Amino acid sequence: MTVKSVIEAVREAMREEMVADSRVMTLGEDVGARGGVFLATQGFVEEFGERRVIDTPLAEASIAGIALGLAFKGLRPIAEIQFSDFWWYAANQIIGEAARVCYGSNGVLPAPMVVRIPYGGGVRGGLFHSQNIESYLYNTPGLKVIAPSNPYDAKGLLKAAIRDNNPVVCLEHKKTYRGVRGEVPDGEYTLPIGVADVKREGADVTVISYGLALHYCLAAAEMMEDEGVSVEVLDLRTLRPLDKEGILASVRKTAKALIVHEANTTGGVGAEVSAIIGEEAFEDLDAPIMRLCGPDVPTMPFASTLEDAYMLNADKIRDALQKLAAY
Amino acid sequence: MFQTGEGASLGTEAMPLHRSLGLTDEAMLGLYAKMTLTRALDDRLWALNRQGKAPLVASCQGVEAASLGVGLAAKEDGDCFLFPYYRDMALKLVFGITPMELVIGHLGKEGDSFNGGRQFLLQGASTDRPMIQTSNVVGSNLCQSVGYAIGCKILGEKTVTLVSFGDGGSSQGECHEAMNFAGVHKAPVVFVCYNNRLAISVPQEKQMAIKDLADRAAGYGFPGRVVDGTDLLEVYQNVKAAIERAREESGGPTFLEMKVERLRPHTSDDDDTRYRSAEDLEASKGRDPLVKLRSYLTNIGVLTTSQEERIRGEAREEVNRATEEAEKAEPPDPSTLMRHVYSP
Ligand SMILES: Cc1ncc(C[n+]2csc(CCOP(=O)(O)OP(=O)(O)O)c2C)c(N)n1
Repeated sequence: MTVKSVIEAVREAMREEMVADSRVMTLGEDVGARGGVFLATQGFVEEFGERRVIDTPLAEASIAGIALGLAFKGLRPIAEIQFSDFWWYAANQIIGEAARVCYGSNGVLPAPMVVRIPYGGGVRGGLFHSQNIESYLYNTPGLKVIAPSNPYDAKGLLKAAIRDNNPVVCLEHKKTYRGVRGEVPDGEYTLPIGVADVKREGADVTVISYGLALHYCLAAAEMMEDEGVSVEVLDLRTLRPLDKEGILASVRKTAKALIVHEANTTGGVGAEVSAIIGEEAFEDLDAPIMRLCGPDVPTMPFASTLEDAYMLNADKIRDALQKLAAY
Repeated sequence: MFQTGEGASLGTEAMPLHRSLGLTDEAMLGLYAKMTLTRALDDRLWALNRQGKAPLVASCQGVEAASLGVGLAAKEDGDCFLFPYYRDMALKLVFGITPMELVIGHLGKEGDSFNGGRQFLLQGASTDRPMIQTSNVVGSNLCQSVGYAIGCKILGEKTVTLVSFGDGGSSQGECHEAMNFAGVHKAPVVFVCYNNRLAISVPQEKQMAIKDLADRAAGYGFPGRVVDGTDLLEVYQNVKAAIERAREESGGPTFLEMKVERLRPHTSDDDDTRYRSAEDLEASKGRDPLVKLRSYLTNIGVLTTSQEERIRGEAREEVNRATEEAEKAEPPDPSTLMRHVYSP
C-alpha cells in the first residue's frame, strides 16, 4: 500500500492499462506535452508517443466523436474533457450516439470508450468551472457513469471502465484531485462498476453520497458519533447503474436515509435514490427520506460568500442528520 | 447548370469513357441494372409507405449515380470502410445488401440485419458489412468516420474510410470539427457531400453564402472538388482518385461535393409543393441520373432496347420477390425490447 492522491491514482490507472493493452489510448485538449491541465496524463506522450496520446483541437464534439470512431475501429480510447462545463458540446456524441449504438445495432456494435470529466465546485471556479453535470448523464440507458470519491476507488473503477465494452463517463471531482489522499494497493486490481461501498458502518441513520460530498458526510458522521448517533455512510461510487441492493440493504438496516450531493436537487441522483427507497423499502422506514443537495440555481457562483452558501460542508450535513435522527 | 471539375467528358465513340477507365461493357450493363433495381426498389418502398406498411421512406431518386459511384469505387478498391447516410441505397446494394434486407429494414421486421427492427432505414451495423450508420442525427457520422480513419492509421492498416452526408449536414458544427481534425491528422478519409441544394425545404442560399461547398476544403488544408453527381463515371473517377490520395503517405482527406438532384419530396412525410416550384422540379428531372446513364449506354450502342427491357423486367421481379418475402417476415417479438442496452 502506498498513499496517493486521486490524480495520481487516475494517472496510474490509465498508464497501467496503456502498458498492458496497446489498443488503449488517450485524446483531449493539452493531454500531450502539457500532460493535461490537471496533469492526469503527465509523461504519457513521452512514454507512448503521439499516436496514442493525441493533443486535439479545442473542440469537444469532435473529441467525443473521434473517440467513438476509434472505438468502432477496435481501439479503446480514453477521452478527456478538460472541464465538465464544456462537455455540453460533446453531449450529442456521448448521449445521442455512443449510448445508443449497442442497442441501435441490435447488439452488433459495442462502443468501448471512456470519457473522463473533471467536475464540481468549491474551487472558486464560478459558473463555468464548477458545474455538476451528473443529472444529465445518469438517466441515459446505454451509458455507465462512475464518480469515485477516493484514490483507491478512482484507480479500480477507472481500470474497470477502460476494460468495459460500453461507453463509461468517469466523473472526477476536481477538489478531490489533490485534496483527497488515501492508500492504494501496489498490485493490480479493478473494482466492479455498479457496486456501492459502505465507507463507514452505522446503525441509526444512512447517509448516501458520492464524490467530494462523501468526505463531508464522513466528517459529519464523526460529529454525530460524539452526539451518540451512529451514522452509516454509503458511497454510491457508480451513478449508473445504481446499486439498488446496496442502497436498500443499508436503508433497511438504519430505517432512515439522507441523500447528499452537490448537484442541483431537482432531478438529481438523489431523486432516483429516493424513489428506489420509497418504492422498495417504504415499510422499513422510520422517517421520511431526506435530501440535502445543491440549491436549484444554475451553478455555484464565483463570490466566496455565494459559493459557500451553495456548497455543502460537514456542518450543514450534521444539521440535516440531527433533524433526521430526531424524527 | 454549373461548372464541373475533372473528367466530365463522355469520351469519344471510338473510345467510350468507361473503357478508358477500365470498366468493360458488361460491367457497365451490370451497373445500369443496379441503378434500375435501385429505382424500382425506391418506387416500391414509396408505394409501401402509401399502403401504410413502411412508416417512413427517404427516397434516393436523384442521388443514385453518386451513391452507386461511391460504392463502386470503394468496392473495387477492396479495402474501404463506409459511414453512409439515409439516401445511400445504391451504395448498399453494391455492397451486397439485398433488396429483401432493404424492404425488411423499411417495414421494421424481425431479421433486420442492421438493427433488429430498432431503427428505420437500415441504420445500425451488421456483422459482415464494412459500414456503420449509427443514426439519422444529421452530421453525427462525420466525426465518427474521422475517428475510424485515424484508428486505421494508428493500427497501421491501409483501409480508407468514406463518409457521406447532405448539404444540410455540412452546416453542422461537427462537420467543421471533423474536417478540421481530419486535415490536421491527414486522416485517410473521403468526405462525400451530396448537394441537392435542399435541406428539407431550406434552399442552399439560406444554408450558406457560397456556391460550391468544395471551396471549404481549402480552409482545412486538403483538396475539394466539385463533381457532377448525376454522372456515374465522373463520380467513379473522382472517388477512385480520392481513395488513392487518402492512402498515400503525404495524402489524406479529399472533399467531394457531388452536385445531385432530389427528384422526390424530402421523405414520404413531406409535401414539397409547399416550397418547390414546378419549374425547379422539372429542371431537376432533366438531370435524372438514370436517364443520363441510359442515354450514354444507348448512344454508344452498349445498351439495346431488348437488354433494357430484360433489365427492367428482372428488376421488377427481384423487387416483387423481395417484397413478398419481407412481408412474410414476423415483427420482432416484444420480449426483445430490453435486449442489448449494454454490451457484455
Ligand atoms: C441534427 C438533425 N437536425 C434535424 C434533423 C431533421 N432532418 C432530417 S433530414 C434533414 C435535412 C437534411 O438535409 P441534407 O443534409 O441536405 O440531406 P438530404 O436530406 O437533402 O439528402 C433534416 C432537417 C435531423 N435528422 N437531425
